[in-house]
Amino acid sequence: MTPPGKEPRRVDRDRVAAAPATAAAPERQHALNLMREMLRIRRFEEKCAELYSAAKIRGFLHLYIGEEAVAVGAIQPLESDDAIVATYREHGHALVRGISAASIMAELYGKREGCSRGRGGSMHIFDAATRFYGGNAIVGGGLPLAVGLALADKMNRRPRVTACFFGEGAVAEGEFHESMNLAALWKLPVAFFCENNLYAMGTALKRSESETDLCLKASSYEIPAWPADGMDVLACEDAARRALLAVRAGDGPCFVEFRTYRFRAHSMYDPQLYRAKEEVEEWKKRDPLVIFEAFLRERSLFDDDDLKRLEEEVGAELAQAVEFAEAGTWEPAAELTRFVYSERAGG
Amino acid sequence: MTAAPNTVRITYREAMRQALREALQRDPRVFLMGEDVGRYGGCFAVSKGLLDEFGPERIRDTPLSESAFVGAGIGAAMGGMRPIVEIMTVNFSLLALDQIVNNAAAILYMSGGQFNIPLVIRMTTGAGRQLAAQHSHSLEGWFAHIPGLRILAPATLADARGMLWTALQDPDPVLIFENGALYNMEGELAADAGAVDIDRAAIRRAGTDVSLIAYGGSLGKALEAAEALAAAGVNAEVVDLRTLRPLDSATIIDSVTRTHRAAIIDEGWRSGSLAAEISARILESAFYELDAPVARVCGAEAPMPYAKHLEDAATPQPAAIVDAVRGMMAERG
Ligand SMILES: Cc1ncc(C[n+]2csc(CCOP(=O)(O)OP(=O)(O)O)c2C)c(N)n1
Repeated sequence: MTPPGKEPRRVDRDRVAAAPATAAAPERQHALNLMREMLRIRRFEEKCAELYSAAKIRGFLHLYIGEEAVAVGAIQPLESDDAIVATYREHGHALVRGISAASIMAELYGKREGCSRGRGGSMHIFDAATRFYGGNAIVGGGLPLAVGLALADKMNRRPRVTACFFGEGAVAEGEFHESMNLAALWKLPVAFFCENNLYAMGTALKRSESETDLCLKASSYEIPAWPADGMDVLACEDAARRALLAVRAGDGPCFVEFRTYRFRAHSMYDPQLYRAKEEVEEWKKRDPLVIFEAFLRERSLFDDDDLKRLEEEVGAELAQAVEFAEAGTWEPAAELTRFVYSERAGG
Repeated sequence: MTAAPNTVRITYREAMRQALREALQRDPRVFLMGEDVGRYGGCFAVSKGLLDEFGPERIRDTPLSESAFVGAGIGAAMGGMRPIVEIMTVNFSLLALDQIVNNAAAILYMSGGQFNIPLVIRMTTGAGRQLAAQHSHSLEGWFAHIPGLRILAPATLADARGMLWTALQDPDPVLIFENGALYNMEGELAADAGAVDIDRAAIRRAGTDVSLIAYGGSLGKALEAAEALAAAGVNAEVVDLRTLRPLDSATIIDSVTRTHRAAIIDEGWRSGSLAAEISARILESAFYELDAPVARVCGAEAPMPYAKHLEDAATPQPAAIVDAVRGMMAERG
């Protein structure tokens, strides 16, 4: 017999909000914007892969191809003074946030004109102007930072939100649990945006988690949580909008699990022994760009001319970014230790 | 050049893999655990193929939970197993620092000698691959600070092949630091290579004019510098530390006593470094043998930058070693 008061506590599944029904058709201008942003990421990442092969980009390179709808949908509804904390797979987030493709590309080249002056590279994109607090390459490392940014906002009564992106792999880290708890306990304005692409490098979620329902985990910290179809940009946008509304209402954090898939290798050195080609092909049928384009065409919101124009615009921006990176300069090695400490005025 | 008949051509990575395979074959208590050691094949492909050979019980993929799986390794070691825990890189070992310092290194002592921890932890260290400031540091010097741990830095194929087995025989925790830039290093290894000692430093090149003291990823650079110095008429001896804790002071002091000059090459940051410790030992024990101040060629005091030219400037290079030695020789009376 179980001693009184010792019954195992079950998480109330009703706290996990149901996914919303597919959103209504967007206005044409907005739809074009979503399409353009996804295309910008797709073409940027494809170019990166090419430049990696040409040895222009080095180190680790993690592409976001397949997951574009998440960053586009989730970042779209942010205000300009909200903050973003992201991971090493953050080119897309940086682009949507408005960091110029040129300064991101220059960073990938390791050039002085890059947003992190060549010191960070692909995994460490930072931009103060857009409150983009990095590319963090320690899995789970960004979550406590997001909690702290939100704490500062709350203490200063600033009505801002911090959007914190991380992969489902991070859910296994202690920092995830500690951050969930603290954010909920202190009712901090954090939108936890989990990008569940099913694999942490080669480890499938079901091989690393006893409970694979991530929303249930968040809800066990009393955080409202719901899943979203991460291949459907409208669903992503809708889920993020709801989360941001709830967070702005001042009741503490929200958690959204974006169910998505990465089409490419984890980074550039991954033979993908851990998943079947058929599985990848199956997911590619739900390519976020393809399904959104089809959705818009069905509603006569998008045609061949639109596609041509978008491709041209995106192509031109990308060409200019590569040109900028190529023309960039190398930080003199004498400046190697610059920014280890702050430069004080007059010092 | 053709290989001698009793040697095989092998990479550092394959030598490590052979060592793992041998350990798994010889001792049923041994198992490997860490992130992506199994299905992915190891993030640096060291354990590739071992899952098929030994199965998921003994080649155990873990979630992203460094503190938990290192702690579990400590517990399993106390429970009679001989775990080999792999941490992808030294930077991620910081998430397990509590377990390593407060448990692995302390439990034997805290328990008055009752519970020893026969655990091996392997991890990648070092720069050279443009992975920037969260994947490239050389923090082995920190771990070498901690009593209760033994710290190894295999820099040669023979050590990559032979240190693991000996480490597994150690009753206490051993940390093996594999410099990531060495995995592709290829060369000849004796076909019957096996366990090696993990107590002594080794003289990799005999010389008379200066002792270049190096370890891990810096050994090759020291040897390269020694060749360049030879061309300039300076005969450098190269000491490979091999074991960073406990340091083999005797070999270091003996070498310096013969050459009367010492340059220490350490990829870690200079301030508070392993190089500082070695320098102090030389000053304590061989001060009157020195013909010139001890020189240190260390990592620049900055987080590791991404851009290649900055990363090169931030890590010890043969040219800097040569310059340091030239400076010392200039002081020759
Ligand atoms: C603390 C830590 N441990 C291990 C790693 C190595 N690593 C880099 S990415 C990754 C997988 C993370 O997967 P997930 O969080 O799902 O994000 P995804 O890469 O799928 O976007 C691992 C294990 C790391 N960077 N940091």
